[in-house]
Amino acid sequence: MTNTAVIRIEGLSKSYQTSAGLFPALNDVNLTIMPGEFVAVMGPSGSGKSTFMNILGCLDAPTVGSYALDGRPVASLDRDELALLRNRTIGFVFQGFNLLQRMSLRDNVALPLIYSGIELAERQKRADEMLAKVGLSDKADSLPNQISGGQQQRVAIARALINKPRLLLADEPTGNLDSRTGEEIMALFDALNSEGITIVLVTHEADIARHAQRQVHFHDGRIISDELTREIAA
Amino acid sequence: MLGEAWRAMGANRMRTILTMLGMVIGVGAVVLMMSIGQGAQYAIKQTISAMGSNLFILLSGSTSAGGVRSGHGGGYTLTISDADAIAELPGVQAAAPIHPGSAQVVYGPNNWNTSVIGSTPAYLDARAWPVVSGSAFTASDVRSATRVALIGQTTAQNLFGDEDPVGKTLRIRQSPFTVLGVLALKGQGMDGRDQDDSIIIPITTAQRNVFGTQFPGSVRMVMVQTTTQEVMPEAELSMTALLRQRHRIREGQDSDFSLRNLTAVADSAAESTRVMSLLLGAIASVSLLVGGIGIMNIMLVSVTERTREIGIRMAIGARERDILLQFLLEAIIISVVGCFIGLLLGIGGALLTHTLTGTMVIISGSSVLVAFSVAATVGIFFGYYPARKAARLDPIEALRYQ
Repeated sequence: MTNTAVIRIEGLSKSYQTSAGLFPALNDVNLTIMPGEFVAVMGPSGSGKSTFMNILGCLDAPTVGSYALDGRPVASLDRDELALLRNRTIGFVFQGFNLLQRMSLRDNVALPLIYSGIELAERQKRADEMLAKVGLSDKADSLPNQISGGQQQRVAIARALINKPRLLLADEPTGNLDSRTGEEIMALFDALNSEGITIVLVTHEADIARHAQRQVHFHDGRIISDELTREIAA
Repeated sequence: MLGEAWRAMGANRMRTILTMLGMVIGVGAVVLMMSIGQGAQYAIKQTISAMGSNLFILLSGSTSAGGVRSGHGGGYTLTISDADAIAELPGVQAAAPIHPGSAQVVYGPNNWNTSVIGSTPAYLDARAWPVVSGSAFTASDVRSATRVALIGQTTAQNLFGDEDPVGKTLRIRQSPFTVLGVLALKGQGMDGRDQDDSIIIPITTAQRNVFGTQFPGSVRMVMVQTTTQEVMPEAELSMTALLRQRHRIREGQDSDFSLRNLTAVADSAAESTRVMSLLLGAIASVSLLVGGIGIMNIMLVSVTERTREIGIRMAIGARERDILLQFLLEAIIISVVGCFIGLLLGIGGALLTHTLTGTMVIISGSSVLVAFSVAATVGIFFGYYPARKAARLDPIEALRYQ
């Protein structure tokens, strides 16, 4: 493993222009995440954790401060280069799964590969491998609305992982699932983390956050606590 | 990418078909209108070239008897020698004096009333009317007023049936005439008359033996053909000058003849047909434009509807140009497929029009190509704006869209 931080954030602030004036969503945030960490970002709604995730995922840009992903400052990148980062370096898992309803599960999983310029046959082969990894190889030709929520989230995780990203970002991945299914999904995250993938997960459930080694609490746009809760597995 | 576009279109089949229909109707209308317009232009052109090209018609002036004026072509102020003199002018190809009339014509048990034209061999040149079997009469036939005739196809059919008329003798108002030749098929004239229902005989014979005239050697009408269309204005001036001189008309006095430019009449007919077909094309183009706007409309709806999908695609690494291409491709497929169906319908419609009404239609490769490329361009043009709108979406906004 390299010593370069996957995420290095310094003095980051983000404010939005609203009708009531400038609204500060994030205020002077500093955070460094090393390769292989499993971090839970916690906090009440409106604490800025979603905005923080969007910036981490290169979907949004900070107003002030610097963000280096894998040692590269993100601010200097143009839209196409950001798209490339989202495609290759980052995998996204959303609370609402965000699968494309008209496509088979295989095509959903293979979608990022289209934007990597990979041939159809190769795309399908890799999508089938990923589906097997999340235990859904028998459903490859089903549509998203034919399977359960937990299964949909597995498909979304397979999609996020297909380009072998260094960083997996998950925004309330268990928020729409019952607790038992949520635990299954978390078990999957644990397994992925033990393979070496860096995971940042937003949640407000303490049970879910327990799976992480490190918990970062947000309040009113600031980090109020940052503690190691569990030793990194050897 | 193509598969993606196909899937998106399949998901909203009815909408896709309706959008396409706009394009189908536009292209179909353009192709149909253009082929009808071009057909009309071609028909007019045929009629004009059958009439003969670069033609003047010279009419004698009016006479006045007891206060009753006869109008143009009323008197016999022109002579055959006027025509000969005009033929000598530079730029004049042929000048044929004409004595027209109609007469009952008899061959064996058959008789037929037809138009009998007394003229000279120059008439055939001016009208571009060749003899298809036998031979034409000559200047010496005109000089000696021989009883020879050239007959049109309709007359030949009515008098001789399947017999070969060449060398046979027919009677025009009791006078026997030898048929020297049969004229080529000419078809309908500008005035709608059957030009093949006629007989041409030497003008001298017509005046002496058939119609009779008070003024032998004088005619009411001379047909003049120039070498090219460019020399027509010049020829008009020199003919007028020559005739005024020959008729001893003083400065300031009215001419005792009038000169008409037939080609100008024909040209204006051709021009009005051209304008008509342009107009048809323009109206059809409007529907093409409406079809294009339909595409834009639907694509905009589609972009709005799929905002969230666009957000997801961006979150997993789609670049601006990937999204742009995806939506543009849909617009292009709709317009190209619509175009193709429209093309087939337009061609089918044109053929149907031809079958049902007998209207001449011409489906030219160029008009098909123009319609196709215009429609494809319209599709790309109107598809570009919504596609760009999709590509420029902010990923976060798009992801949050419900």
